Amino acid sequence: MIATQQMAFRYGPDQVEMHFPDLTCPDGEQLLLLGDSGSGKTTLLHLLCGLLRPTQGTIHINGQDLSQLNGRTLDRFRGSQMGMVFQKAHFVQSLTVLENLALPHFLTGQQASSERAQALLDNLGVGHKAHNRPQELSVGEQQRASIARALIHRPSIVLADEPTSALDDRSTLAVMDLLEQQAAEVGATLIIVTHDQRLKDRYSRRVELNPLATTAR
Amino acid sequence: MNWFYIAWRNLGAKKLQTSLSLILLAFGVGMVSLLMLSEKQLRDTFDRNIQDIDLVLGAKGSPLQLILANVYHIDAPTGNIRLADAEKVMRHPYIAEGIPLAYGDNYRGFRIVGSTPAYPAHYHAELAEGTLWELPFEVVVGSKVAEEAGLGLGDTFFSAHGLQDETDVHTDKTFVVKGVLQESRSVMDQLILCNIETIWQVHGDDETVADADREITAVLLKKRNPLAVLTIPNTIRDTNMQVALPSIEINRLTQNFGIGMTTLRTIALLIMFLSFASIFISVYDSLLARRYELALMRTMGASPVGLYLLLLLEGGLLSLGGTLLGLAISRGGMVILAQMVEDKFRYDWESLGLLPMEWALAAMAIFVGLIAAAIPGISALRIDISRTLSDS
Repeated sequence: MIATQQMAFRYGPDQVEMHFPDLTCPDGEQLLLLGDSGSGKTTLLHLLCGLLRPTQGTIHINGQDLSQLNGRTLDRFRGSQMGMVFQKAHFVQSLTVLENLALPHFLTGQQASSERAQALLDNLGVGHKAHNRPQELSVGEQQRASIARALIHRPSIVLADEPTSALDDRSTLAVMDLLEQQAAEVGATLIIVTHDQRLKDRYSRRVELNPLATTAR
Repeated sequence: MNWFYIAWRNLGAKKLQTSLSLILLAFGVGMVSLLMLSEKQLRDTFDRNIQDIDLVLGAKGSPLQLILANVYHIDAPTGNIRLADAEKVMRHPYIAEGIPLAYGDNYRGFRIVGSTPAYPAHYHAELAEGTLWELPFEVVVGSKVAEEAGLGLGDTFFSAHGLQDETDVHTDKTFVVKGVLQESRSVMDQLILCNIETIWQVHGDDETVADADREITAVLLKKRNPLAVLTIPNTIRDTNMQVALPSIEINRLTQNFGIGMTTLRTIALLIMFLSFASIFISVYDSLLARRYELALMRTMGASPVGLYLLLLLEGGLLSLGGTLLGLAISRGGMVILAQMVEDKFRYDWESLGLLPMEWALAAMAIFVGLIAAAIPGISALRIDISRTLSDS
């Protein structure tokens, strides 16, 4: 369960304060946040995962008030409860795809399972690239591998930031299908932030962000 | 999966930068450590052979040459002195003991030195087998001579005139080995010892030469009274003899090439400094290039301290690797150097254990390497994850 109230944020004292609509999303559901560049989409996503602190308002994730967490506990909470998919897939380049999939477990102090990682990659159709370096994968393959990484540790929330903007129509469809399917498999809540109108009609639960709505209140 | 593995793979991913840091540090550490080792070996070799020889009496010439020739047997002697003159000095009340030396022949490059039993006794060289010489042409050989020239009890050989080559062999006089010395790690190991009469007879002297005209090469003196150092030179002013102090001559010698050593050491330290700069750049560079990776790892639960330790580990692995490589290089260099010393001077240089100074060197290299990583690593603590992620 995700719930925000009266959330506002500003980057600096001389910056405009951004106000965000209240969001709620029950466990296992999907929420689409749609908005153009400059509408504060990424800021909102970073607020939700605790990378940024709101200047006012509250964020509750699975009943946990994020403002109560700090430093190491926040890092751990984010690492274990959330999986993130970015616009451009990034990896630790010196490690293989399979080793990159071990990172979420390792960094939160849990035992990694390479069988599960391999199975997940197989499901996403990139199993044959498990022992390659990330840069040896195509953009679409990288994005699928990054979905595997976001889900490997069975997070309760998956946050996707423009997951399809670098993909063509066909890949977009495939990647979104896989993302939803895999999130459903681990029972994770899926939050997608995008300006990609192709995704608009896929989700009934959606919030449109626009510069005016977020800044002027 | 562990931090060590990630650091290892990160270093492996940028082979060029990693090799540069490793090679620079290895050369710096290797040179410093090689200098330490060779200085120590040189000092040990000099000190072991001075024992407590206070003065060396010999023909006038370079005092350093006198010492090198007669204490270490690595230079030609300055000339001969009359036995009668030498004996006067040996009987001087300020002198406790004098060991006469006479030589001029070699066998396969090993010097044949005529002396008294006091000579091996002075170096605590014990017989491994056989007995000491009694008659002319009976010899006792040092351990290295026995090993390299293949001489054992009862073996016979001819000597060659001069101290090195074997062109002028005295085939009319046969030497016989009566004893073999144990290894004493001193100059004894590389000498063939006999009595002084042998040296006289091999050069064609016969009984007709008057005792007063007999000559020897040098005398090793032990003083009874410290004043000997001041008074003896006066008593021999009118002869062709001089006395030299081994400790002073060797000090002068080491001071002279000490200047060269200092230069080399400065260069080595400079190379080490460059390697630290290289480690600094390596870590700094990986911070810039991997900013996004580090931010990514933060989103996956890594703490800033964890990432800082990762960078420290990379710097630490580099400096540890470079240091170990450097110590290996200095050992390799030492083996080559020891071989050269052995070929040229027949001295054994060994013991490749770590000197205490080298432990300090290694500790310092690793510590500075860590610092070189720690300084740029600080910005890993301060990465603004949100900004880094949204900038990309």
